Amino acid sequence: MQHNTRYVVTFVLILTSVVALLLTFLNEAWKEKMETNEAIFNKKAILKAVATDVGFEVDDMGDEEVLSIFDNQVEQKVYDMDGIELTPEEVLSIRKYKGGQAEFIDMAKEKKLDEDVRLLPMFIFNGDNNKKYYIISVRGNGLWDEIWGNIALENDFTTIAGASFDHKGETPGLGAEIKDNPVFPASFKGKKIYNEAGAFTSVFVRKGGARDPLHEVDGISGATVTADGVSEMMARGIKYYEPIFAAAKNK
Amino acid sequence: MADTITKPEVKKAEPWFGKKERQLISDPLNDNNPITVQVLGICSALAVTTLVYPSLVMAVAVIFVLVFSNLITSLLRTYIPNQVRMIVQLIIIATLVTVVELTLKAYSYDVYKKLSVFIGLIITNCIIMGRLEAFAMSNKPWKATLDGLGNGLGYGAILIAVALVRELFGKGTLMAGSGAEMKIIGASPDYMINTLESTLFGWYQPNNLMVLPAAALFIIGIFIWIHRSWNPKLVDIS
Repeated sequence: MQHNTRYVVTFVLILTSVVALLLTFLNEAWKEKMETNEAIFNKKAILKAVATDVGFEVDDMGDEEVLSIFDNQVEQKVYDMDGIELTPEEVLSIRKYKGGQAEFIDMAKEKKLDEDVRLLPMFIFNGDNNKKYYIISVRGNGLWDEIWGNIALENDFTTIAGASFDHKGETPGLGAEIKDNPVFPASFKGKKIYNEAGAFTSVFVRKGGARDPLHEVDGISGATVTADGVSEMMARGIKYYEPIFAAAKNK
Repeated sequence: MADTITKPEVKKAEPWFGKKERQLISDPLNDNNPITVQVLGICSALAVTTLVYPSLVMAVAVIFVLVFSNLITSLLRTYIPNQVRMIVQLIIIATLVTVVELTLKAYSYDVYKKLSVFIGLIITNCIIMGRLEAFAMSNKPWKATLDGLGNGLGYGAILIAVALVRELFGKGTLMAGSGAEMKIIGASPDYMINTLESTLFGWYQPNNLMVLPAAALFIIGIFIWIHRSWNPKLVDIS
């Protein structure tokens, strides 16, 4: 049907207003729920790093369970790039992350900032028998988009106790295996990020299979670029935490 | 006299669920399937069908969007100005897709994370725009709703069939990630067809090729082939 311009403009204005109102209403009504979901999702990703070592089945955990573990067994800390611990108030004065808490640090946003002004989140998981795990967050680039992960270190700050990875858009069956295939993150367990002389080595993902049993893991066939991304992310991301490790070791 | 006037009116009234209405649902399932006959909506059919569970959610989401966008467009069809009808259709689709996205985000966050990109891409799914333009703009609301439901089901059926093949042969499981995961074939003691003791499928190694998008392409190709040889009406005579 052909209409005059006034009718067209009025029609479009009314339609868009109705649509905008509806979507705003839904978004506001569910905001709290969506934020809780997101927070629980992040908490699960962090717990996944220690899951194999402490025997958690994170995927089968209910929301309540995740929250209670996080409240009772996890300490959150935020450091600056010099390895100095910041209080929540100090964090809030630098960047407005909810409550100044480590779990709300947006790693994607941090990655875009200059290296010397980034904030580093750390989660200390208190396991059975006073065993402590130090979980750190790293972020890098895969083949198509960003990849990130949480690495759990034992209290010698050298041995990896576990790792969990995620990605934005890697290919299912190839690069996405860093998350989908439980064998890949599990292969990081027991690897050392320092050599015997005490020099930082990180852990490399080796195409064709690991040669150095202490500092390398097997690559994924068909996902060399993603695997190289993981190596680079680990080498750079863990190095940021070195001042913190050094201070903790000397204590 | 009054009787004679009302009678023809009763005869004229269309049945709610007559032959035509049934055809609106059955046609897209067979003779006019959006994927295997019209070859629409292939993009999402290649992308989300690695696992059955996300495909199921995708199918439900597309059916929801298709039914309601058809219904709303049909209700507004006499008011929509012809000059901007495509944009108006797009606004309706985009709104419904955003509603789906928000609902998943609030009530099924894991699925939202898995499907986030593809849910957004429902907006560009040609099936939906195609049905609005070809059917809803020129038919009554009830018929348009049925047409949306039929096409959504036709799309969903193929989506799930492809996902079944890909997940079973690619991972050896079904419904992975849904909490009702079943391990069917492959060499592990807790698989349903116990391959360590029986030799039925013990040799089977999950085939990673099936997880890659290329596999979806040739599986859909094979489905089109099967569909055509089973339904000769579809074969071009030329």
